[in-house]
Amino acid sequence: MSGDGELHGPESAIEHAGSRKDYVTGFLLAVLLTAIPFWLVMGRVFGHPGLTAAIIIALAVVQIVVHMVYFLHMNTRTEGGWSLLALLFTTMLVVIALSGSLWVMYHLDHNMMPTGMPDTMQGAAPIPDPRTMP
Amino acid sequence: MPRYYLTIAHHPHNGTLLGFWLYLMSDCLVFACLFAVYAVLGRHYAGGPSGAELFDLPLVAVNTSLLLLSSITYGFAMLAMGGNRLRETMLWLASTGFLGAGFIGLELHEFAHLIADGAGPQRSAFLSSFFTLVGTHGLHVTFGIVWLITLMTQLSRYGLTAANRRRVMCLSMFWHFLDVVWIGVFTVVYLLGVLP
Repeated sequence: MSGDGELHGPESAIEHAGSRKDYVTGFLLAVLLTAIPFWLVMGRVFGHPGLTAAIIIALAVVQIVVHMVYFLHMNTRTEGGWSLLALLFTTMLVVIALSGSLWVMYHLDHNMMPTGMPDTMQGAAPIPDPRTMP
Repeated sequence: MPRYYLTIAHHPHNGTLLGFWLYLMSDCLVFACLFAVYAVLGRHYAGGPSGAELFDLPLVAVNTSLLLLSSITYGFAMLAMGGNRLRETMLWLASTGFLGAGFIGLELHEFAHLIADGAGPQRSAFLSSFFTLVGTHGLHVTFGIVWLITLMTQLSRYGLTAANRRRVMCLSMFWHFLDVVWIGVFTVVYLLGVLP
């Protein structure tokens, strides 16, 4: 016996490498899903930036799934399902970190208006310049 | 020597690949934090230039194509390795390396241009978070290229041994993972950045 790799090398190789068709399909889909958002933004296709933003974010999510399936060969069988479980757990953490940060910081921005805003300046003492302070 | 077989549980074949995947997931969390910072600070220009004024989308499109092409060339290297064709594997790995180097070259060109225009990381919160996020990704790609060169030296010296196959598979995951992160970068940083 000369280690796990010697015994299971080719077997894992089959598990971890897709077919040529997989790679080509994934590549073509990825090209399409990259070209569309660039075209939408560079060609100013929609007048409404919110709509463009929503569409390009949706396309990015689809493209991430395409990469996961066709390039990273993610499925329920790889490593007995542990890879997918780790991925799902990570996705959950990523969603919490991103949405939580945006949510909290958005409200913080609202509650802490910049000192230059007119309504906070009225009757307030002039702000001392930190460079001249002792 | 007696042999024993597990008849019920399906045990993962190779711990290295799963372990490497777990590393990638932790790396994913690093990027998630940097994305969160950019999402929060990306519009805080401090009176400085905005993304719409700075970003050169055609250049980003070329960069994106280079990275995408390098993903498929790596895929072809994996297929060549599956068919035990060492020479072909090496050729595809080399093309992957050149495409990756082109990507890094263009990114450094972009960074140099921005810094020369006075839009360096110290200019505003937007630019600090921009350089941190895009720079971290670029650093990953750079280390991927270093790894690729090391691996090609190993392959040319020892051929397609079990250990080398495992390494090629790990780097394959790393490389495709970086392409996945780049999808987030070009969408969130560049495309959303130039929208009003």
